Amino acid sequence: MSTRIDRNELAERVAADIPEGSYVNLGIGAPTLVANYLPDDQEIILHTENGLLGMGPAPDADRIDPDLINAGKQPVTALPGAAYFHHADSFAMMRGGHLDVCVLGAFQVSETGDLANWSTGAPGAIPAVGGAMDLAIGAKSVYVMTDLLTKTGEPKLVAACTYPLTGVACVTRVYTDHAVFDVTPDGFAVREAFGENTVESLSELTGLTLREADAAAATSGSET
Amino acid sequence: MIDKTVPDVEAAVAGIPDGATIMIGGFGRAGQPVELIDALIAQGAGDLTIVNNNAGNGDTGLAALLAKKRVRKIICSFPRQHDSWVFDGLYRAGEIELELVPQGNLAERIRAAGAGIGAFFSPTGVGTELAEGKEAREIDGRSYVLEYPIKADFALVSALQGDRWGNLVYRETARNFGPIMATAAASTIAQVDEIVELGSLDPEAVVTPGIFVDRLVAVGERAWLDDGVFVGGVDIEGRPATAAPTQTEVDQ
Repeated sequence: MSTRIDRNELAERVAADIPEGSYVNLGIGAPTLVANYLPDDQEIILHTENGLLGMGPAPDADRIDPDLINAGKQPVTALPGAAYFHHADSFAMMRGGHLDVCVLGAFQVSETGDLANWSTGAPGAIPAVGGAMDLAIGAKSVYVMTDLLTKTGEPKLVAACTYPLTGVACVTRVYTDHAVFDVTPDGFAVREAFGENTVESLSELTGLTLREADAAAATSGSET
Repeated sequence: MIDKTVPDVEAAVAGIPDGATIMIGGFGRAGQPVELIDALIAQGAGDLTIVNNNAGNGDTGLAALLAKKRVRKIICSFPRQHDSWVFDGLYRAGEIELELVPQGNLAERIRAAGAGIGAFFSPTGVGTELAEGKEAREIDGRSYVLEYPIKADFALVSALQGDRWGNLVYRETARNFGPIMATAAASTIAQVDEIVELGSLDPEAVVTPGIFVDRLVAVGERAWLDDGVFVGGVDIEGRPATAAPTQTEVDQ
């Protein structure tokens, strides 16, 4: 037994919580791995901020279309039933509360659901925010997918974010390599601990007071 | 007779003065009006304020305009990318001003300008440093900040086809900012792969009605299309697929 699952296993775990019929935005970077684990026999519609609903997987190398890309500017495909639209409509889908789920990366998530994922605030760093702030406050359920600890061992779940905020009280659930955490009015609750992790060991790792999640709140999309 | 077509890209960008605010369509390279940008570089206008989602990719298009030091300020959401070395260098040297705007606020501010909206309250950015100093209001229990329109003197957009009235249709995710930017500029200049006969665009499918377009120029079909049909054989930058390995690094 180990205390961590790998990134692909984590993507698979996130995918398992996305119900059929959902409109989903997977942002850029690691969360896009979730698409690999959405079941083929279910219709889950992927949104990309640059103007496509019904995004499909990457094309074969000889079928790359520079006009058809995702938010990470990588080549993608459009599934039968897809729709294109301009940027104001695309962000109306986020800001207007039409997306069911978005999955984002994070530098930090606070126990009140604040998200920091766009800037470390380091002097001299070039800032870039993209659609992160719109997604964070727009989707009905905001899932964060991240390692629990930074490369230097600092917990990313914190009492209060020290990095610049992306959104306030916006995160629904945090999927980490150690455990899945719900954001609740009483702070983080452990929905599922992977491997040998326990509520106690996770409390020790994060320095936070954690509790077990309420079974009644297990359905995806629980609001905070 | 209304004929908004011009013979070449030089005529399309004629008269853009120093100090102009110019919206440039595109998300990364998709939908970026590269031929118009090249013509703008040759035309020579400087001290420009550019509105785009990004701040240039590689060494072509918008990045080339920046490299020529024609841009005083850029308003964008995502300047830092794996291939934004031109902007990165100028920014670190203090040679370009950056106004960073969350992408949805950028789009809505552009849309608002085109729609004659004086300002609007947005929930995006509330409680973050990008909302600092902005007027805040609580409406029906939710917090918002006041965002003002972004207007431009010129918009440069890229579309698939247009007719002499300026009606435009786009292709796939190359549409992105084109339709809203076309509405938000005093003068909109569109490059298209092909200018088609008036009446041959399906009115149900027109995305940008000609009222929003002032000049139209044909620049020829993209390398990955043949008579309007996608044929592939290129990398993500539109170069022949054998020219270089595809860049797979992810912007994060």
